[in-house]
Amino acid sequence: MKIVSACAIAAFVFCATAPVSAQEKTLKIGVLNDQSGLYADMGGLGSIAAAKLAVEDSGLLAKGWKIDVLGADHQNKPDVASNIARRWFDIDGVDVVTDVTNSAVALAIAQLAREKNKVELVSGAATSELTGKACSPNTIHWTHDTWALANGTGKAIVQTGGDTWFFLTADYAFGHALERDTEAVVLKSGGKVLGKVLTPLNTADFSSFLLQAQSSGAKIVGLANSGVDTSNSLKQAAEFGIVESGQKLAGLLVYITDVHAAGLPIAQGLILESAFYWDLNDGTRAFSERFSKAMDGRKPTMVQAGVYSSVIHYLKAVEALGNSKDGAAVVAEMKSMPTEDIAMGEGTIRIDGRKIHDMYLLEVKKPSESKGPWDYYTLRTTIPAAEAFRPLDQGGCSLAVN
Amino acid sequence: MIPFLDIPVQALFGQLLLGLINGSFYALLSLGLAIIFGLLNIINFTHGAQYMLGAFVAWMLLNYLGIGYWWALLLVPIIVGASGVVIERLLISRLYKLDHIYGLLLTFGIALIMQGLLRNEYGASGMPYAIPPELAGGQRLGFMFLPNYRAWVIVASVSVCLGTWLLIECTRLGAYLRAATENPALTQAFGINVPLLVTLTYGFGVGLAALAGVLAAPIYSVNPNMGADIIIVVFAVVVIGGMGSILGAIVSGFALGLIEGLTKVFYPEASTTVIFVIMAIVLLVKPAGLFGRTA
Amino acid sequence: MTMVQEIAVPPLTATPTPMRAAEPAAHYGRLFIALTAVLLVAPFAVYPMFLMTLLCFALFACAFNLLLGYGGLLSFGHAAYFGMGAYITGYAAKSWGLGPELTVPLGALTGAGLGLVFGALAIRRQGIYFSMITLALAQMVFFFCLQAAFTHGEDGIQGIPRGHLFGLVDLSDDRVLYYVVLALFMAGLLGIFRIIHSPFGQVLKAIRENEPRAISLGYNAARYKLAVFVISSAIAGAAGGMKALVFQLATLTDVHWTMSGEVVLMTLVGGMGTVFGPIVGAAVIITMQNYLAHLGAWVTVVQGAIFVACVLLFREGIVGVIGRCLRWRL
Repeated sequence: MKIVSACAIAAFVFCATAPVSAQEKTLKIGVLNDQSGLYADMGGLGSIAAAKLAVEDSGLLAKGWKIDVLGADHQNKPDVASNIARRWFDIDGVDVVTDVTNSAVALAIAQLAREKNKVELVSGAATSELTGKACSPNTIHWTHDTWALANGTGKAIVQTGGDTWFFLTADYAFGHALERDTEAVVLKSGGKVLGKVLTPLNTADFSSFLLQAQSSGAKIVGLANSGVDTSNSLKQAAEFGIVESGQKLAGLLVYITDVHAAGLPIAQGLILESAFYWDLNDGTRAFSERFSKAMDGRKPTMVQAGVYSSVIHYLKAVEALGNSKDGAAVVAEMKSMPTEDIAMGEGTIRIDGRKIHDMYLLEVKKPSESKGPWDYYTLRTTIPAAEAFRPLDQGGCSLAVN
Repeated sequence: MIPFLDIPVQALFGQLLLGLINGSFYALLSLGLAIIFGLLNIINFTHGAQYMLGAFVAWMLLNYLGIGYWWALLLVPIIVGASGVVIERLLISRLYKLDHIYGLLLTFGIALIMQGLLRNEYGASGMPYAIPPELAGGQRLGFMFLPNYRAWVIVASVSVCLGTWLLIECTRLGAYLRAATENPALTQAFGINVPLLVTLTYGFGVGLAALAGVLAAPIYSVNPNMGADIIIVVFAVVVIGGMGSILGAIVSGFALGLIEGLTKVFYPEASTTVIFVIMAIVLLVKPAGLFGRTA
Repeated sequence: MTMVQEIAVPPLTATPTPMRAAEPAAHYGRLFIALTAVLLVAPFAVYPMFLMTLLCFALFACAFNLLLGYGGLLSFGHAAYFGMGAYITGYAAKSWGLGPELTVPLGALTGAGLGLVFGALAIRRQGIYFSMITLALAQMVFFFCLQAAFTHGEDGIQGIPRGHLFGLVDLSDDRVLYYVVLALFMAGLLGIFRIIHSPFGQVLKAIRENEPRAISLGYNAARYKLAVFVISSAIAGAAGGMKALVFQLATLTDVHWTMSGEVVLMTLVGGMGTVFGPIVGAAVIITMQNYLAHLGAWVTVVQGAIFVACVLLFREGIVGVIGRCLRWRL
């Protein structure tokens, strides 16, 4: 019986993964993210659609390339993610893994990609470790990171008068990082932090914490959390009249899907930073239009736009090199040329693997200002690429030293 | 103002009130769970999913049929309760003579299916559901701002809990129910249709969960995972109160809300863990829970 | 690897169980040999990383099954021992640079230590209350891991070196590591098998069936329960440690309560109280998680449907059903 089941598994594995001959002009892109859990909406199937659009737009198919896009749900389990990625690299001949939501997963895959000399293009994870101590010649961190979000939001808000802060911090490494970096920039810009409270992840009720924020008298309530935690705190902040009583909310990691979930009556007035908004210019609108067609009318998040942008640039580098087999060489090639695409405009990639581009400080519209679903933001400031990201020498990346 | 460990007493009062409001959700949910456990001897792990379903059905009624909050309050428990009846008849009824673990596994499986299906359809980040205009705004109580909706939640929850308790303790139907919990065979012998009673009880317990879901929809994020985390906490509440004890479930629901509220002030990181600490202590000191009878 | 096979044979033929053995266990010998043979050649047919995951979880499930299937104790908190085993192994390997021959036993020791304390508290209660105490204590362990600095929160301990076994054998090659994991797995499995069929195991079964009677026969039931609890948590800790080395990471998912739930499911799907059930159960669930990953959110639905089917159609678990059909004890 054991033999039977083992054979069944073996047969299953063989069918699922026919060996790939290492032909040139073929390549495989693996989109590895959360498709069923907390982060399914900001990445998920939309990231696969974005990667497919990038393949279409690269023009490589017409030049005789054969490009496959695979997708898998890592269920937010680092071991499942690691298993899938290893199988992709070892058996399926996948050349590049993209999106990689969840910081534990992104860090694990970074190490794996380096070991196997493949490429990792991170869009969905926020930890700035990826271009800090954990930086790698095989990883590029594309869209955002905790430092950029904290710094841009913090600085811009203090400059416009929001100089006293109270933090609701998710009691998790990313929450701590967001809070630490924001606090640093608030203090540096001459602001003050009046208090903070650590909230356990997936807390349903934030009213108690909001009350503490309210009684602190801070002008700005910084939400150093993400996903459902953010939409819960927004919902309850509206209920408790936080904004009405004169305080402002600043979301440190908010995706457009979170605003969509909360609804404008609740999210209005929220200030947030993003690497992408669909209604910025003709390029973003054109990209989003096509994305919407593939995804039931949803607009892309910055993570999905980042997947598109990173895959486009990756394919350019592969075309220049003629093949995709040496991951570190492809990444080096990617770093050597400037990036340009319709979704995220122009940019560059730094030696530590940080993609550098403009970031946008946005404010959520009032319901009366919005023309319809997904018309959610007004642009307040553009944070120029040069200021948006952590300076090279502060990350502690070993690649940056030489 | 008399400061108490750095926290002004008035602020503390506000926090306690909020704890009580959260406690009303725990009480409603654990009440349903306790009733089901008492009569069916099943640990209904679908309870969290049914709470979530309550919120979703309310959202669907509003968005597809234009039926508002107040009608949802009435209709949703009936709809979700009916779905519970179907589940009980088709699936759960086959397990009554077996160990708890099978009931738990089955209901857990059903919960996974419900969550997965809704996630496929509506995504994971949630749906907006507005507070009904009649209950918008709030009262300034001096020590805090109390939204009207929260006040309504506590009133609704206390009355439903009290009503259920009276129903079980003081009516003939309740007497049947208690008799069937005590000794189903003998109760059946007295001519009471115990299987029907069991089915209706399950439907009722599920209806309570759905009601809690509707109450939660305007203030908590309506998403397919909203029940997955709360179920284990509610389960702990039921155990603390004493498995199957109706009064125990209600009282410990509110009490734990209060304790959680206090923790959120003094050691917020631990506010989701404190319930388990209390459960461990209670079980070690009083094995059958606060209101349970020692086996 | 021949060594393992040699160990596999003696307990089956040479040691008669002191109480009347339910059945002659000759077929166990054949099954163990078949299992070993399949697992020895498996990495040539199946992806070794996948097999190692499977073996780690299978050992974890076997440890759990020892407690539930033979001791009759349902723990809802086994992730605590598994996860802490993973963390301590990972930390020792990464920060102290110890080799696997020390770190994995250290993981087991961590599991055993936690098991001793938690078990001593939990066995004072019975049935569902026992389960809830284990759950409560495991939640506290989760909280500790979330707060403690050395675990690095949700980033986890990353880049754990696999190291050299006894300073000699380089484990960075997947196939080499596979055989080490396999040896540890077989040792664990045979250990558990041996325990089940020892006088100690028989007393455990007696306590499970009728505790007052076992006590009246003069057995100190509490001590037996505690002992099996500690053994189970030690093996769980070793399984966790092994997993930390295989994946080179230890994260919060390993200590989360869903992991405790998963091991219950593996055991039940495979067949509680059977020697091979947890292995098959682990194989089913791990295969689903890994090979259905491209289905996205449908994974949850499929998983749920399988649990429902398992409870309604084959309650004894896969191996239990097969065993009944073949009239073998598996």
